[in-house]
Amino acid sequence: MQQLLTTTLTGLVLGAVYAAFALALVMIWRSTRVVNFAQAPMAMLTTYIALVIIEAGHSFWLGFVAALLAGLVLGAVVERVLVRPVEGKGDLNAVILTLGLFIVLHSVAALVFGSRYRSFPAPFGVRGIEVGGTTVALTGFGIFTILAVVVVMGLLVLLFRFTDVGLRMRASAHSPEVARLLGVRVGRMLTLGWALAAVVGSLAGLLIAGGGLVHPGYMDAVVVYGFVAAVLGGLDSPGGAVAGGVLLGLCLSFVSGYLGSELVAMAALLILVAVLLVKPSGLFATTAHRRV
Amino acid sequence: MPALRPRLGSSPLLRHLLVALVGGAVALAVLTAVDDFRAGQLAAMAYLGIAAAGLTVLTGLNGQLSLGHGAFMAIGAYTAALFLGDVEPAAPLAVVLLAATAVASLVGLVVGLAAARLHGPYLAGATLALAVAVPGLAIYFGDTLGGEQGLSVRVPEPPAWFADLLFFLTAVDPSRGRFVAYLSWFVLIVVLVLLANLSQSRVGRTWRAVRDHEVAAELAGISLTRARVVAFVVSAATAGLAGALMAMVVRLTAPSGFTLTLSLTLLTAVVLGGLGSLAGALIGAALLTFLPQVVTGIGSDLGLDDVQSAELAPLVYGVVMILVILLAPAGLVGTLQGWRLRRRAAAGPAAPAVPATARPSDPTRPSDPTRPSDPTHPTHPTHPTDKAGRA
Repeated sequence: MQQLLTTTLTGLVLGAVYAAFALALVMIWRSTRVVNFAQAPMAMLTTYIALVIIEAGHSFWLGFVAALLAGLVLGAVVERVLVRPVEGKGDLNAVILTLGLFIVLHSVAALVFGSRYRSFPAPFGVRGIEVGGTTVALTGFGIFTILAVVVVMGLLVLLFRFTDVGLRMRASAHSPEVARLLGVRVGRMLTLGWALAAVVGSLAGLLIAGGGLVHPGYMDAVVVYGFVAAVLGGLDSPGGAVAGGVLLGLCLSFVSGYLGSELVAMAALLILVAVLLVKPSGLFATTAHRRV
Repeated sequence: MPALRPRLGSSPLLRHLLVALVGGAVALAVLTAVDDFRAGQLAAMAYLGIAAAGLTVLTGLNGQLSLGHGAFMAIGAYTAALFLGDVEPAAPLAVVLLAATAVASLVGLVVGLAAARLHGPYLAGATLALAVAVPGLAIYFGDTLGGEQGLSVRVPEPPAWFADLLFFLTAVDPSRGRFVAYLSWFVLIVVLVLLANLSQSRVGRTWRAVRDHEVAAELAGISLTRARVVAFVVSAATAGLAGALMAMVVRLTAPSGFTLTLSLTLLTAVVLGGLGSLAGALIGAALLTFLPQVVTGIGSDLGLDDVQSAELAPLVYGVVMILVILLAPAGLVGTLQGWRLRRRAAAGPAAPAVPATARPSDPTRPSDPTRPSDPTHPTHPTHPTDKAGRA
């Protein structure tokens, strides 16, 4: 019983992070039809920026905000400089480009920050909360993780549903030609979309790092899990990505708790293949037909 | 490779064999002349070249992107390591190599059946997951597969006839390490000949047809699934064979040898040389083998410490990969050939073999100038409806 509860709570916290990461992938996929595999090292790099600021003696929150801002800038630069030339020119080129960026950011981080493991601080306790004498596996930072992801999702919904900029961004993603005819600066909207997605990705990176260890490869597996979560939700649907992330977090937590942590990646692969073969449009997709 | 020698003969098989003979003689001479360290490096180049050749067939000719070929190499390597462990007597080499190829083919069949239904980013994501997942299995089954430490591989003794033959040819007795280098290059040449023939045969044409236009290929009676699965199995088998050789060259098979970096590195080799070109795959493998040393040396001269200098090589791969995609999507071989074709076309009616539709910067078909295509688009022609249909 104790283990069931522990596994479930761990899964929920992990799921929140995967949901955020999947959401970042989906935002980019919707607007530019690129799966940004470089999202993981981008988040890793911004987490290192936060770490440097915190280790210099500043507060955790200054580092936190700086990392998110760095993500904003990094996302915009990557879209404008690297991705824009290959947009609409086929799947392979864009994928290979993001993988090249993946390798570059990895080695840049190792060059600048070193490749050893460094511990990342957490602003809240990383011990389980005590409820009625027994320690529950939910930590203060875990609660913060879930809250942060929920708040960010709320803000994104507000942005896309209720603001003018959000409407322009949705129009650019949905039908660039028509949006351009109606006077929307589609290019800028795509850049903004990438920038916002990179902020969400950076948040996921910070939340995974909190109270743990960071090294240049610490996000590599997360991009796989984020992708699986996004595909679970249909890759096109932000809501689906969130649901997929939570579901995947729970599944993987159970695999890790009951079978062994080495099998987590294999379980993610099997879930991905099963979803793609049985219901390629995702579990929560709204569109009826898509070629995978 | 065949495209480089268009005038040597009319039969592709004869031409490939001739090139292979010359290549084999050169490889034999070079391997005999260099010291043990270089021989080891050349052996590494051979196994990278084999794996890259397999990947370029899959990605360049059939349009399926795999980020998981490191996983197939791992499968081949672990199979070989189990055969070449402490069991006495050790199995014959041919059996080891064939077993590694067969096991990788079987796994490739299973993965390929799933992959045949996936496109672009979905396939990339699934194979990425494969690359991350497979090393975990080696840790989970630590009792047989050695866990984190991995399995040590006993390098086989060169057979007596080989030692005699080599002594007759070069007047040196081969050491075990050098024997593996000879073996790797022999296998590399055999694999290249087989793949070159395959890509010029009916099977290769089928793969290209599936890559270029699914609907047209299907109307012509080609089974898309079958063509994709066959391409995947051939590619996985090649990677498994490369993995078996890698195990013998490195003398250790551990999960840390098959990281995501290995899979991405292979992709770098393929992109660098030009998708779909076997010669390009070989050039890419050579760069991957010898570039790190050069770059690390430069890094040390610039005052970086050893750990930092070691990170310069991947930095260069990544930057080159991005630049190739942005500036020369045809890769090295394709760009050179495009330049040659343009010059020949500019030379006037003396070269009627190059129609006006030739778009030399097409990355995937440097050897065939007759296909009009978007130069930056290696797989499918882009229709405006393409996006909408998938949305």
